[in-house]
Amino acid sequence: MAAMDEASRSFAGLSEVSISEDIPVEGDISVPAAPSRTDEEFSTLDEPVKETILRDLRAVGKKFVHVLYPKRSSALLRDWDLWGPLLLCVALALLLQGGATDKNNQGGPQFAEVFVIVWFGSIIITVNSKLLGGTLSFFQSLCVLGYCILPLTVAMVVCRIVLISGTGTVTSIIRLVVVTASFGWSTFASTAFLANSQPPNRKALVVYPVFLFYFVIGWMVLTFTPAEKEH
Amino acid sequence: MASPNDLQFQEFEEAADLLAADPGAPTLSMSASNPPTTTAGAAAAGEDVKLDLSEDEDAHEESSELLGGQKASGGFWTFEYYQSFFNVDTIQVLDRLKGSVMPLPGRNFIKHYLRNNPDLYGPFWICVTLVFSVAISGNLSNFIRGMEDPDYHYRPQFHRVTIAVVVIFMYAWLVPIGLWGFLTWRQGAERQMGAYSFLETVCVYGYSLFIYIPTSLYFFEAEDHPASPATTTPPPHPTVTVAVKPH
Repeated sequence: MAAMDEASRSFAGLSEVSISEDIPVEGDISVPAAPSRTDEEFSTLDEPVKETILRDLRAVGKKFVHVLYPKRSSALLRDWDLWGPLLLCVALALLLQGGATDKNNQGGPQFAEVFVIVWFGSIIITVNSKLLGGTLSFFQSLCVLGYCILPLTVAMVVCRIVLISGTGTVTSIIRLVVVTASFGWSTFASTAFLANSQPPNRKALVVYPVFLFYFVIGWMVLTFTPAEKEH
Repeated sequence: MASPNDLQFQEFEEAADLLAADPGAPTLSMSASNPPTTTAGAAAAGEDVKLDLSEDEDAHEESSELLGGQKASGGFWTFEYYQSFFNVDTIQVLDRLKGSVMPLPGRNFIKHYLRNNPDLYGPFWICVTLVFSVAISGNLSNFIRGMEDPDYHYRPQFHRVTIAVVVIFMYAWLVPIGLWGFLTWRQGAERQMGAYSFLETVCVYGYSLFIYIPTSLYFFEAEDHPASPATTTPPPHPTVTVAVKPH
């Protein structure tokens, strides 16, 4: 009890300190965004809807460029958003539709399966890296992992274009090369962003799940076979 | 100077008494082979818990018995509780994988490799890798058959992944639960032997599944004997046989 009295006595002095006039306390508790947003907040209601949408699309496009040419920049980490990953995931899932099925209607991954693999895979990898002591926040990791699917989506588009000319050995080899290159690109891009935030003696433990994640997505892209037109 | 010598002698006696009372208590051995991780200090503090006379001694003893001596910081609703299960470095994981592939007689996996630091990283990611390697190698064996036989149409059978996930994760969790329950029930009769904790059992089982990953990738034989799936895998493991069998 004596210890508690003494503690409250030493803290008593703090209650007399007024912080309102001396130190201006201000800040922004909104989700991480560029500081200029607070100025625009008064005017975003009046601007045309096209402006609002284009602003977000431009931000997403800028991040696409950062993924395609991965330098050690922190733009992806500072202004994270999940629009890009959502667009990429939906595009990939739609492109994986229309595949061949056997008599039991079993074939390639369904739309929901692609979604589950991409989103739950990203969440599990993020939780894994945080449990191992990573310093990135939850949504920053999701953002990086989602955006780095872009090379694999591009590879899927290329594969579908190549498959229009039929399925043969040559097309299979082209598809294999394209998918392998884009898988390597994705893994390299995401480790360029993620690697610095991990404790040094656990880097491989964090990179391996990322490698597995993009390998599985690359496998889904590679094994896509179009449905036959005749019979 | 008699007093410092007396103090030293007393401390040793106390530790020896505690050890004699409970020979199964986890003791920290300061050997050079202990990996110098930053959290080794926390683990050491946790293992010294039994010698402390802190207020919530009951809670400490309870949690340390559950986890085989490692102190779980916080309740199960905090993030730190789960972080204590991922307290491993790359080198430790690689060592444990090597130990699971080459079991030398006379080397207890739990005492030699786990050393009261069981982790959930290994079991979880080994199971995930096994799921995808089984599904992919089944796919590949179909693909190779498709190349031989022009009438066979290749399909990427994605439903194998869902089946493999359910089967492998159930296997990796239900068997250790059963084993741990059985060992604890049998151990109840004699208190001298310390039973392995639940986490250690899960950890050992997870690492033991690692050997199935290289063997499930052995899909080359499928084209020769399409009707006998047993030749594609080593000593029959039910899940691997089911998933690799080409249609």
